[in-house]
Amino acid sequence: MTIGLGHYLSVGAILFTLGIFGIFLNRKNVIIILMSIELILLAVNINLVAFSVFLGDIVGQVYALIVLTVAAAEAAIGLAILVAYFRNRGSIAVDDVNLMKG
Amino acid sequence: MIISALFFYLFAGVCIASAIMVVAARNPVHSVLFLILAFVNAAGLFVLMGAEFLAMILIVVYVGAVAVLFLFVVMMLDVDFAELRHGLLSYLPIGSVVGAVLLAELLFVVGAWLIEPGIPKTITAPIAAAGEVSNTQALGLVLYTRYVYFFEAAGVILLIAMVGAIVMTLQHRPNVKRQSIAEQVARRRSSAIEIVKVRPGQGLP
Repeated sequence: MTIGLGHYLSVGAILFTLGIFGIFLNRKNVIIILMSIELILLAVNINLVAFSVFLGDIVGQVYALIVLTVAAAEAAIGLAILVAYFRNRGSIAVDDVNLMKG
Repeated sequence: MIISALFFYLFAGVCIASAIMVVAARNPVHSVLFLILAFVNAAGLFVLMGAEFLAMILIVVYVGAVAVLFLFVVMMLDVDFAELRHGLLSYLPIGSVVGAVLLAELLFVVGAWLIEPGIPKTITAPIAAAGEVSNTQALGLVLYTRYVYFFEAAGVILLIAMVGAIVMTLQHRPNVKRQSIAEQVARRRSSAIEIVKVRPGQGLP
């Protein structure tokens, strides 16, 4: 009953899948889509840390730290875009993002 | 050993269950709270693996900053979330199919992996034995020396994100009195004070 690398990778895989599933399921709600992206990045971080620990190389944790930074920046920018968009359109539905008819 | 295994299953189970609730919750506020729960349990997983520093960073950055930012935005925007969930069931089949295929693929990969024998020779910064150097110190020794450029790049990314977020959300409304520092500094006595000679018994015109 020892917990190995495969267990952690399985948790990461399930979390990643749930993130993708959340993007598909909540196609209209940008906030839930952003949260799903956070879940995906969390899954990636779990994978990086698991490999780092079980291979005995700390560089994976440095990389996970960088991913964490980028995830925080992405959340801030995404929510700022969301707020600006809501002020302009009064809605956050993804279906309404066709202003330019590109 | 059995205690750590039990804790692994506890953290992993709660983490996955709350991730399911994040994508399935009816109310976005509940989604954010379940996201916080998922991150806390992921931090527990990190502690189990021995990456304490990243676990604490996960708590501080995600639970303390990002999730609260989400909560703030969800509560600030006056959105009819019931309307947004309208066509949910029509997306359920394709989402389930894609999710199931992806999960099957990932689990096949996880089930059949093996580590290449030459990998231990390519390790660049080995983790010291337990008790020798703490996780935080080991991370700092690598992060501030060999990966200092990555560290600075991360700082620049955060700065750019901060500036971008402020620029996008700051709005100048008309009819709001604001402090103008340049105007205040440029004020002189001649422009601020008007000396009027008042004759006795007459008053001001």
